Amino acid sequence: MARKDFKIISEWVKQDSRILDLGCGDGTLLKILNKERNSTGYGVDTSIDKIIRSFDNDINVINADINNRLDYFSDNSFDYVILAQSLQVVNNPVDLIKEMLRIGNEVIISFPNMGYWKSRFYLFLKGQMPVTNELPYSWHSTPNIHLCTIKDFKQMCHTNNFTIVDEVISSGKDGSVSTGYLSNILGESAIFKVK
Amino acid sequence: MNIIKEQKLSIDTPLNLKSGKVINSYDLIYQTYGQLNINRDNAVLICHALSGNHHVAGYHEGDDKPGWWDNMIGSGKPIDTDNLFVVCVNNLGGCHGSSGPTSINKETQNSYGFDFPIVTVEDWVNSQKVLMDNLNIKKWQFVVGGSLGGMQAFQWALDYPEYINNAIIIAAAPKLTAQNIAFNEVARQAIMSDPDWCSGNYLRENKVPKRGLALARMLGHITYLSDKSMAMKFGRDLKQEKIGFNFDVEFQIESYLRYQGEKFVNSFDANTYLLMTKALDYYDPINDSAFIDKITATMTKFLLVSFTSDWRFPPVRSEEIVKTLISYNKNVSYACVKSDGGHDAFLMKNDNYFDVMRNFIENN
Repeated sequence: MARKDFKIISEWVKQDSRILDLGCGDGTLLKILNKERNSTGYGVDTSIDKIIRSFDNDINVINADINNRLDYFSDNSFDYVILAQSLQVVNNPVDLIKEMLRIGNEVIISFPNMGYWKSRFYLFLKGQMPVTNELPYSWHSTPNIHLCTIKDFKQMCHTNNFTIVDEVISSGKDGSVSTGYLSNILGESAIFKVK
Repeated sequence: MNIIKEQKLSIDTPLNLKSGKVINSYDLIYQTYGQLNINRDNAVLICHALSGNHHVAGYHEGDDKPGWWDNMIGSGKPIDTDNLFVVCVNNLGGCHGSSGPTSINKETQNSYGFDFPIVTVEDWVNSQKVLMDNLNIKKWQFVVGGSLGGMQAFQWALDYPEYINNAIIIAAAPKLTAQNIAFNEVARQAIMSDPDWCSGNYLRENKVPKRGLALARMLGHITYLSDKSMAMKFGRDLKQEKIGFNFDVEFQIESYLRYQGEKFVNSFDANTYLLMTKALDYYDPINDSAFIDKITATMTKFLLVSFTSDWRFPPVRSEEIVKTLISYNKNVSYACVKSDGGHDAFLMKNDNYFDVMRNFIENN
């Protein structure tokens, strides 16, 4: 089953692009992009289990920690550097995005929105850290150390002079798109293209 | 249990060596496993490391132990001989049947001894290509090797890109460091300072530089293991109950190393050991003036594998190769496997390592 952020990323990516997918997991996104966009490139993942599984998807995959081993990749060597649903697990999101911008022409980042009404509801009414479909972990076992809202992300981009060139906010199982003023409440997950 | 037989290819076409010397005729001893399919596209070349040989899996008549990579190669194993046709050759300069210091130089009717020319990784690859042609193999689906064997797999992709689809390079390095060369030099000095080495002509003198070769092996063996694996296996265990305040073999590790040294002397030739260490020292393909042309031309898909506890060729050395390949946009994947086994981890069973190998091979 293709994730909805994968579908949008595939629509954004131009034909024959060179792609670097950070935190590529089992390589599903790269497989889709290689097939639909005739792209080439590499996935990077720190988990050996993911590396092993990604061979099934016939992608190039490098077993490395994206927090500190992006020196593998030279300046401007990719059309897109993608971070799909992994922003919240990295040690230093701002430094990582700077690295991604060094390596790629454009950067695509998708992340779960902590401003989503269900998350707000969880904390506001239940008084507990949110546990949702997109964020299924309890507070003590979560790998998600840098969760943010859409508003937080935009502010971080502004502060660091990252230019947002495109964005899609989605919510619900049907992936319906919400825009405008209420997106930070209605959006379950967000995808940004940054330059 | 299937008993494996080795085969011999005698070649009379001269082989031009990197050193400028020429070997006019030579023998290559090799073994094959599985069947070459009708399309001739399932062939795998296994390249051996410093002390390896062609006997990579299975049992020879009378063997109580199988070949050196029997856990990796065979029916149902990651390199599955039910589907793949596996070839392994004893490298030139070796001492297990291919022409080397212990074989007879047809021109002098004497054993080569120290006169056997220095061979390089590139020379081995050239001689393996001769064997490939003789076996009527059009293309290797995989060339696979660990350590010095991995260097040969890399060189295949550089020198014969149209003859290799995938190179699997395990626990290797793009070149030796000063520290690596230093260890090799101590090993060579151990051999060459043994009076029984007889300036390299010990065979003619009916002697064997046993002490020197054993010392070289003991030193090498330390660098193949990790501190942790030695600690787990031996710790500070004693052979006797108490320390004896003497210089006998007291700790288990001393006993183990001596045993490894003595065992090695009975199965390996000192001059071959010297040659193999030189091949390692000289290897440096990325600094070759033709490297950019070669790497640009190759369409080979690469898999690199390293092991966390390997300090002879630690992960960072494999990563040098990975980084270079990425910079030329090559198809490359890399797995760094957690293991306490040190450099020798590439010879040991390890679930992640074997899954990496199996899954990469099945999908390519």
